[in-house]
Amino acid sequence: MDDLGFILGSYVVTFGSISLYVASVVRRSRRAGRDVPREQRPWT
Amino acid sequence: MTTTSERNVTGTSFTRGLGIVTLLGIVLLVVLGLFVSPADVNQGESVRIMYAHVPGAWLAYLAFVVTGISSAAYLWKRTRSLTWDRIAGASAEVGVLFMGISLVTGSLWGRITWGTYWTWDARLTTTAFLFVTYVGYLAVRGLGGSHHQRARRSAVLALLAVLEIPLVHFSVRLWNTLHQEASVAGRGTDVTMDGLMLFSLFLGVIVFTLMYVWLVLHRQRALALQDMVEDSGLDAALAARRAEAVV
Repeated sequence: MDDLGFILGSYVVTFGSISLYVASVVRRSRRAGRDVPREQRPWT
Repeated sequence: MTTTSERNVTGTSFTRGLGIVTLLGIVLLVVLGLFVSPADVNQGESVRIMYAHVPGAWLAYLAFVVTGISSAAYLWKRTRSLTWDRIAGASAEVGVLFMGISLVTGSLWGRITWGTYWTWDARLTTTAFLFVTYVGYLAVRGLGGSHHQRARRSAVLALLAVLEIPLVHFSVRLWNTLHQEASVAGRGTDVTMDGLMLFSLFLGVIVFTLMYVWLVLHRQRALALQDMVEDSGLDAALAARRAEAVV
């Protein structure tokens, strides 16, 4: 495969950026969740 | 009150199940996309980038359409609720992520196929414009004001921004462009793709859709928590001011 670097790079960019976004969402929700009692969360 | 060690703040049994299925789908997509599906007759090995690029672009469109519909639902008096606003915001954020992925992976594919990372072609330029528009939308959401002020101004902007999507989609027909027309759902569709390639592409769309649902559910719940925290902070500040006034 001549273009292996570009092909692998596209998968790394795709799933790497999604992983970073997931980590950011989890971090922000945990931070906000510290101050909100569980019984006030409509989805629980 | 909750404890600081709480790990699963916005999750439910549904999102946990969805997350597991999505992860399995990602593994299958990577295996199929990188190792199992064949090389294309014209594109060669670079077709493997399509299994991330095309679903990213389609899901970005879907995310921005959901943002538009949720914004309309917020503006309509009968269905006015901040939940719609949060879904709109969460969907736009995920849409920007997917559109960014689509731009970068498309650029890597362009380097192999066209010999350049970027050209000011109609499809690429309109896509970049759409991306910048929604980055602007997210910036507008971050401006000050009450929750309803935020919701109203961003809903109006979302309804204008969603009009760009047909322009991006049909840019390959409206102007001369390097970017090819739709391979699967185009005019007079006559799909000539290899079965495994087509399966990998559809698997990519399904996996990205599951990811989208998971991300939007968690993000809109995180936004709800942030709104609750801001509201409780405002209530506390008002109570403190009232107490000072009494003294």
